[in-house]
Amino acid sequence: MAPSEKPTKTATKARRVVKLPVPAEAHTPSVALAVVPSKPEADQHGDLRRSDVDEWGRSAKSRDLARRIYGPLYRSWHRVEWDGLDKIPSHGGALLVSNHAGAIPGDAPAIMHGIEEEIGRPVYGLADEMFKRLPIAGTLWARTGGVLAHPDNAYRLLREQQQLALVFPEGTKGTGKYYRDRYQLRRFGRGGFVQIAMRAGVPIVPIAVVGAEEAMPILWKNTPLAKMLGLPYAPITANMLAFAALGPLGALLPLPAKIKIRVLDPVSFDVEPDQPRYSRSLVMDESEHIRQHIQDALLDMLRDRKSVWFG
Amino acid sequence: MGKRVLITGLGTFWGSRLAQALEADPNVDVIVGLDRNAPDVPLARTEYVRSDESYSILSRIVKAARIDTIVHTFLVMDSTQMSSRQIHEINVIGTMNLFAAASASASTVRNVVVKSSTLVYGAHPKDPVWFSEETRRAAGPVQMVERSLLEVESYVRDFAVDNPQIVVAMLRFSNVLGPDITTPLAKALDLPLVPRMFGFDPRFQFVHETDVVRAILFVLEREIQGTFNVAGDGLLPWSEVAALCGKRTIPLSPWGLGLLSAPIRRLGIELPPELIDLLRHGRGVDNRRLKQRGFAYNFTSAETVTDFVGSLRVGAMTAATGAAYQYERDVEQFFRHSPAVVNPD
Repeated sequence: MAPSEKPTKTATKARRVVKLPVPAEAHTPSVALAVVPSKPEADQHGDLRRSDVDEWGRSAKSRDLARRIYGPLYRSWHRVEWDGLDKIPSHGGALLVSNHAGAIPGDAPAIMHGIEEEIGRPVYGLADEMFKRLPIAGTLWARTGGVLAHPDNAYRLLREQQQLALVFPEGTKGTGKYYRDRYQLRRFGRGGFVQIAMRAGVPIVPIAVVGAEEAMPILWKNTPLAKMLGLPYAPITANMLAFAALGPLGALLPLPAKIKIRVLDPVSFDVEPDQPRYSRSLVMDESEHIRQHIQDALLDMLRDRKSVWFG
Repeated sequence: MGKRVLITGLGTFWGSRLAQALEADPNVDVIVGLDRNAPDVPLARTEYVRSDESYSILSRIVKAARIDTIVHTFLVMDSTQMSSRQIHEINVIGTMNLFAAASASASTVRNVVVKSSTLVYGAHPKDPVWFSEETRRAAGPVQMVERSLLEVESYVRDFAVDNPQIVVAMLRFSNVLGPDITTPLAKALDLPLVPRMFGFDPRFQFVHETDVVRAILFVLEREIQGTFNVAGDGLLPWSEVAALCGKRTIPLSPWGLGLLSAPIRRLGIELPPELIDLLRHGRGVDNRRLKQRGFAYNFTSAETVTDFVGSLRVGAMTAATGAAYQYERDVEQFFRHSPAVVNPD
């Protein structure tokens, strides 16, 4: 946690509205970190090391800086509000699974920032290799906690190091959907995330996020252009039009939609970990169950939402 | 009865290093070293045979010297050293002939160790952070050296399946650094400005040259079977490696490097394509399987780099003073076989 980060008025407000208070000890990062059993190997030789980049490419300092830069956006722009933050385990591995939306999805940084600030545990964001192909962006992504969503990576993070990993099973199918399809969950991949959690013997914590859809809604997409650029989609988004005066920067600045995050009850699996494979039907059942659970929570949250901007 | 060892690539760094280490082992009776080039270190009892990789010579030597252990170190990992045709001849054809000779009828061979490389995993954005010995490459091989090493490994696997009575170990070594060995990576770190790929800062893993020799001796001694990654603990970002070496970096363009490689080579900077891939994506391998068999590394990745840095600093001073050893056939024959030489024992 950034010691220099003084909570502003809005920050205290954002924290006050957390409905279920987090146990006091969970706020101390040292407590949460102390239970991580194996330190990443690269960190054991601290005296020789010149940087704090761990084996995953994450740097606590870079992550700290990213939180300081993103903090105002989190507190004042999206005014992120959590519900059920205490359901995020304060120790042990867990796979966080959330819906994914917005051309540049705002849900990932909001979830990672919130958990790191409130619970003091690092969160590794699993994503496909698109970032790793890009110069600069790929390095920044890795330094701030991005890890390739490879089964071996997930297993080592969750099983051997008992970390928190965040995954969006919809992938780009979720982020690339049109505004008219908002809050309609796409297919949850092929259930790989369930299989990973089963193999690692960790619970899945489903998370429902409302607001990211409206922060960067896709109005129009050009497929040939996307193919040419090697991107999953090349959209015109609402914020591009709204912030046209800012030029290219306007494409990056999301609309100030209120983001609400609800953590659902963790799902544990009654199977032996470390198996080479699991029953396909069991995996698909659990995957569909979790997807339905998040979909129901989203509809429930939308029913209560009075305003896109004020929640 | 002690071991009768055949080493391929005696003229290379690894072959001569291993021969020196094996000479100190009283359980090794005979050491025969093959190469086209003479060894450049003094050897007390290793027999050097100048030969190429052709089958007839290999099978005759194996038979005549009743070889029971083969250490295959003669695999080229650096594409700047020779043409792709030569690399193919040495790596693929040489391995094929060696195994053909070792599996001839009434062969006395019962233990084979092959020194492969983690190059066989490639370097790709879809790579996991740590490759285990079983992890498959994310994409097909593009670089010629990688392709030839994959072919070599398939010969090794076939040989192990066809000859279940022979103990076959294959060691995949990560990036080697050390005070004595010269690799493309060591050369890159010795440049006044260390090249890096613009916008990329991948993580590298290193293994110390002494740990390489120790690992080969370890599997030889215990007659361990199987495939093992050999690499130090921990991954270091390339920028940190350069910083540990006290060097500034110079960015290379991530696009169009193929076109730039010729002018870059003119400047005396040799960046093989497999190193360029590594500068973009890096590579980590899981070293726990060999550790589980009881092997302990002397150096982590960071310690390897630190030790290498020390030798970089004094390198300029020692290069001029150390008199290079030169193999002279007649002189060696005199020392080993002339009745005039008084053995200190």
